[in-house]
Amino acid sequence: MAELLASHIASNVVVGLLLLGLFGLWRAVRKHRLWSESLRSVYRRRPIAVWICALYLLVGLSDSVAWVGGQQLGADTVSGHEPKTLLDRAFGDTKEKSYSAPLAGAEFYAKSALRHPGTHLLGTDILGRDVLFVTLKGVRIALLIGGLTSLIAIPLALLMGVLAGYFGKWIDDGVFFVVSVLQSMPSILLLIALITALPKSTLSVCVALAVTSWVGFCRLSRGETMKLRELDYVHAARALGVSEWRIIWRHILPNLTHLIVITFALTFSGLVLSEAVLAWLNIGVEGSWGQMIAQAKSELSREPVVWWNLTSAGSALFVLILAINLLGDAIRDVLDPRTARERQ
Amino acid sequence: MLSYIVRRTAYGVLVVLGVLFFLFALFFLVTKPDDIARKAIGDKAMPAVIEQWKKNHGYDRPLWPGAGHLKDNMLVEHYRRMLTFDFGRSDADDTLILERIERGAGPSLSLTLPEFALGVLLGIGFSLFVAFFRETYIDRSTVVLSVLGMSISSLLYIIGGQYLIGKELRWFPISGWDPSWAVRQRFLALPVLVGIAASLGSSVRFYRTVFIEEIYKDYVRTARAKGAGEVRIMTRHVLQNAMIPILTSIVTEIPFLLMGSLLLEASFGIPGLGSLTVDAINSNDFATLRTMVYIGSLFFVAGQIVTDISYTIADPRIRLD
Repeated sequence: MAELLASHIASNVVVGLLLLGLFGLWRAVRKHRLWSESLRSVYRRRPIAVWICALYLLVGLSDSVAWVGGQQLGADTVSGHEPKTLLDRAFGDTKEKSYSAPLAGAEFYAKSALRHPGTHLLGTDILGRDVLFVTLKGVRIALLIGGLTSLIAIPLALLMGVLAGYFGKWIDDGVFFVVSVLQSMPSILLLIALITALPKSTLSVCVALAVTSWVGFCRLSRGETMKLRELDYVHAARALGVSEWRIIWRHILPNLTHLIVITFALTFSGLVLSEAVLAWLNIGVEGSWGQMIAQAKSELSREPVVWWNLTSAGSALFVLILAINLLGDAIRDVLDPRTARERQ
Repeated sequence: MLSYIVRRTAYGVLVVLGVLFFLFALFFLVTKPDDIARKAIGDKAMPAVIEQWKKNHGYDRPLWPGAGHLKDNMLVEHYRRMLTFDFGRSDADDTLILERIERGAGPSLSLTLPEFALGVLLGIGFSLFVAFFRETYIDRSTVVLSVLGMSISSLLYIIGGQYLIGKELRWFPISGWDPSWAVRQRFLALPVLVGIAASLGSSVRFYRTVFIEEIYKDYVRTARAKGAGEVRIMTRHVLQNAMIPILTSIVTEIPFLLMGSLLLEASFGIPGLGSLTVDAINSNDFATLRTMVYIGSLFFVAGQIVTDISYTIADPRIRLD
């Protein structure tokens, strides 16, 4: 009980910090003309993708803010004491006994009457849960997988890449060796090895995904730093006696920010898709769309076919990945001067 | 040249030793031999039974080298076993791991080789065609289609293929396997098709970018000024020059072909190395898992060395020193 309480309070605090961070980011972007122009340009290119991402973020956030008490939900007595998220409260009690088709009035196989006939827009799954509700619950998990993993992988890659690229010598040799070792293992096997060896939890999956995905950005930031290190203004700063750390902070890192944004956008969708593969192998995150799809495989061999589980999880995943892919391409086109040539 | 080969190989060996240490850390330090034993024979096993199991599977030595057991410890034993290909027995069912790997390589290759070859040919041919029609609606709609294709999870391709082609149209069996080649073809058709479809989007996109980048280079303009036809420019000039980045991406994938395809093999019932790995996950067979990772990295490192050396042959501008 105390644990449950602590976890939902922690999750609320994280949501608060996230909103604060987003607000801070918004302020920072507004202050810099270049960034706010880029942002506007991305929005002009892909307005729908931006709105879809915002919508997913909103659903994910509404499923992260939770509190105890209020309405007594469900026939089972336990659920009244558990913290409920905003999303849980919006849906209320929707549980049925088993499968029912979208908007049906009776159960799919047993043909007995439902408790809430005609209210399940996307039907119910084998446990009688409303599929729309379960699918929306998956939003938070997908964003968590992409977001948390990036939050681990990108700072790590940036730190290693910049240190290796800026200081060179043995630091570079060491980082390059670690990168070579990690890269020489087939990424799916490395992922599996990590997840089976680590304790089973969402964080473990994210850590495993981070270990396999930080390498690419590390190489990228290492190469960029090596180029930036030789630029005139860095030499000038060094000649003026500016300390190495201050040079990195003031002159190197700001020139890598666009790469951070591009990498974040372009790897996010890959991470969510990787988790779906892991779910298929039974080592994914509980409640993810990948898990829903994996379970739906057997539903297609039923007679008559249960299709709504697969289609809702599949299309929720597809729309998110498509929006992020399109947005990522737009962000890269706007921020990366090298791809500008391709558009001529 | 010779000194480069020697140095490159030495670094490769160093990387493999690094991989082995990583595996040691993961499977002996993070997951202790006691955990492996408990996962294999159950949580409630008696301590004596666990000790016996560890003894049978060679997990009973001290982890690190120390006084009195300089050679007889897990670290040295782990390196000795892996480097001499004496992988021992599976943690789950006591079969010889090496034997199972040898048996699985054939089925894996018979799936991945045709999938890979057809996929590359289709991808290159299609993107060359699209690059020829650049800045027309053919090009633009292909780009949109490839992004759409990339955004669909590979799980959906598998399920969709099995349902549509296997169950509804009944063109090919949904899943299964047969050792004889005549029957095997029928079982392999669907997974090969699904595998190609799932990767076509991203490969067309990649190849197209490479081709488009080449098209705007000076030598193409020169060829055009000389009076070479567009088709000739695409096939003779652009394709040949684009082969270096394309070869790089292709060659790095070849070593992994032998490792099979986890998803396809597991969902289509092909008894290859991918299925072996999936079985190992489901039965907590750590010995097989770490062997698979090791063999994968071995292939990768060997492939990288061969690639780096063969570059000197493909592109005379690259000089090794």
